[in-house]
Amino acid sequence: MATYSNPRMAYGEALVELGKEDPRIVVLDADLCKSTMSVLFQDAFPDRFFEMGIAEANMMSMAAGLAVSGKIAFTSTFAVFATGRAYDQIRQTISIGKLNVKVCGSSCGLSDFGDGSTHQSIEDVAIMSAIPNMTILTPVDAAETRLAVRAAAEHPGPVYMRVNRNPVLDVLTKDDTFKIGRHRVLREGNDILLLTHGVMVEKALAAAVLLEKEGLSAKVVSISTMKPFDYEGIANMARGMKGVVTAEEHSYIGGLASATALALRRSAVPLDYLAINDVFGESAHYPEQLQAAFGLTADNIANKARKLATAKP
Amino acid sequence: MIGKKKVTELRHLAAKMRRDIILMVGVGQAGHIGGSCSAADIVAVLYGHKIKHDPKNPKWEGRDKLLMSKGHAAIIQYAALAELGYFSTVELVTLKKLGSILQGHPDIHKTPGIEANTGSLGQGLSISNGMALAMKLDRKDNKVYCILGDGELAEGQVWEAAMFAGARKIDNLVAIIDQNGISAMGRVAERMNSNPLPEKWRAFGWHVLEIDGHNIEEIVAALDTADTIKGRPTAIIAHTIKGKGFSFAENQAAFHNGIMTQAQYELGLKEADAALVEFQLLETEA
Repeated sequence: MATYSNPRMAYGEALVELGKEDPRIVVLDADLCKSTMSVLFQDAFPDRFFEMGIAEANMMSMAAGLAVSGKIAFTSTFAVFATGRAYDQIRQTISIGKLNVKVCGSSCGLSDFGDGSTHQSIEDVAIMSAIPNMTILTPVDAAETRLAVRAAAEHPGPVYMRVNRNPVLDVLTKDDTFKIGRHRVLREGNDILLLTHGVMVEKALAAAVLLEKEGLSAKVVSISTMKPFDYEGIANMARGMKGVVTAEEHSYIGGLASATALALRRSAVPLDYLAINDVFGESAHYPEQLQAAFGLTADNIANKARKLATAKP
Repeated sequence: MIGKKKVTELRHLAAKMRRDIILMVGVGQAGHIGGSCSAADIVAVLYGHKIKHDPKNPKWEGRDKLLMSKGHAAIIQYAALAELGYFSTVELVTLKKLGSILQGHPDIHKTPGIEANTGSLGQGLSISNGMALAMKLDRKDNKVYCILGDGELAEGQVWEAAMFAGARKIDNLVAIIDQNGISAMGRVAERMNSNPLPEKWRAFGWHVLEIDGHNIEEIVAALDTADTIKGRPTAIIAHTIKGKGFSFAENQAAFHNGIMTQAQYELGLKEADAALVEFQLLETEA
């Protein structure tokens, strides 16, 4: 029986766990703590929580000041504001300085479905990817989000992490571990390679089931670290496949599709992608409705995979 | 308060730093002479007298922190750091050369004594907030000093930081506004006029002091007063002259980031040496 858990809840709980173990952990939020769930840390460690008000730029630079003073600073706000409003602060002081600031991009992708284009981040991974010294984590579910928060704290230097707003399919098992830079194979297969991350993993797994009925075996892999991107590992996994399809809740520009194309630049294996098509989001009543409107469905992943597998060379 | 001897020593330090500026920038390369010379006396008092620091141990846990939010004036900070022994004064002439420890803007990984990467204007006060609150978390009795330009005050983030520091009553933070009145393209008052400054900072919950930013005694007195202010941060508005000390650069927007000709370079050295004469006489007497 499939179960679903909320990554942002896992984010808040993981912060509390870390806070108990390490007095260097501090958390900042820009008036969204009950949405990002950093409120859990505020309740547990009020002295190490900073409510910054609606001032993301000041929050990010202040996190830099805390980090350069020996703290491990987690900043929490929506992905679109963290990477847009506070881009320069992340670039100039945090990333050039290689400071221990962890940027939580909450309500990532289309997951803030109701609030529309201004609140949906379709380009956050692209923006963050272009910054030297930045590490980007795109955990697949709540359990991996929990592990990713811990890995981010242990990693020296800036980290950007996508956190989904809505419950997502639980895919990790109890004993799974997390290592920055390592992809996660969720299903083995040898005809089609499906690369994905975050909320789209559930669709990729569903697509694999559809393909199996047609005699195509799909390997499903979560790319839980978008930077440093595992170019070599992905090229190796693609070898011998009939095709590779990427699926992401992000623009095809500067995300998983782009990075995979680079990984396969010397490969003869055909590649296709499912992503947001260089357009902004919009409001919907349900996240699935919005994903469907943007074509981010299991059926579309399966269709693209089938086309690659059956194409005449 | 400080004695006459100390005042002379700090004036001497500032004069040496101004001479360093001319040597560092040299001929044919752009350098931020204007905003560096307006801040020279403030920087000399901070490093030469006020802040707790150890040039032989730049990362000393017990140090105060000095941030140049107007990062383009890094060269005056480099001059002070070299004069006080963070690194050799010989390094100064490598300014902005490929591979130099002295970058165009402050870099924590390249220059000993630099506390944060600044240069994208308007961010230093926010960074200072974080440093000051970290000191409070660590129960350290230290202070953060942040130097801002009056042109820089056009950046909205400065006011986010000012509002935050006032609201959080960050009283181990001192902002020093180097009000030289001129930004890159001309007079601040004719662009985004940041005046009136005292009223603005007071409204944001700061204790405000106004001084002549080239008067050593006034700078020292204001910094000492800031030590006595509890429950709110202190803003020192320092009235200064852009390019102070060099006839060709004073009050010239062109020397915000100007290129010296050979003649200007020689004149600069001559004026810097003239300013140093009185101290050499004192040294001879001693």
